[in-house]
Amino acid sequence: MTVHRRGRLHSGRQDEGLGPNTDIGSRLRALYGSVQEEVVPDRLLELLEKLDSAEAAQRAADTE
Amino acid sequence: MAETPSFKREMLATLPSLRAFAVSLTGRHDKADDLVQDTIMKAWAKQESFEMGTNIKAWLFTILRNEFYSQMRKRGREVQDSDGVFTERLSVHPSQYGAMDLEDFKKALDSLPADQREAVILIGASGFSYEEAAEICDCAIGTMKSRVSRARVRLQELLDINGESDYGPDAVSAQVTSHPHSA
Repeated sequence: MTVHRRGRLHSGRQDEGLGPNTDIGSRLRALYGSVQEEVVPDRLLELLEKLDSAEAAQRAADTE
Repeated sequence: MAETPSFKREMLATLPSLRAFAVSLTGRHDKADDLVQDTIMKAWAKQESFEMGTNIKAWLFTILRNEFYSQMRKRGREVQDSDGVFTERLSVHPSQYGAMDLEDFKKALDSLPADQREAVILIGASGFSYEEAAEICDCAIGTMKSRVSRARVRLQELLDINGESDYGPDAVSAQVTSHPHSA
């Protein structure tokens, strides 16, 4: 997520009323952030690990 | 090759935001996690087509979004039939947002057409530029801008209706900025 550190929006982005200090922008970020801050479920992390180790094993087999 | 571990690491770093986008599309955590799972599989299978150092977040969002719409089509469901955005487990302090609390805001978001809702989330919450969001949604930048602007006008109307009694338009920005401009 883009974080604007300065108080008011003078960044190069064209937020057009969606910046973090606007009514809509702050609420959008609050909703989105509430999910984003959750712990990522184990099954997703395990899937990535599995894919990664399967690929590593495949590579090892290929180089033999 | 040394690129695989960092491909994994980059995917890991993007997962929280990708999940949030998935929840905004499906409205439900269990469905969102299934969608993210399918996205991880797809992305992994086509990682050759990803250029390290380019925007992996936009790339993953594109895959997830395509996957979502293709699944919806297969099931013969309209996007509008989905269960609504962010329907569950809201863990924010509602009081922080005054009269127009986040529950009302979710309803307002739900009332938008799917393309506008998606646009406003990608730009206003996921942190994408118009250019990136247009690429993710496979539309012109001008289309993306007009979707966002229509969504914003509609949301602002709903905010004003809900909040006009005891809630001025500047209250949120006044809370967020330590010192608002002296107007």
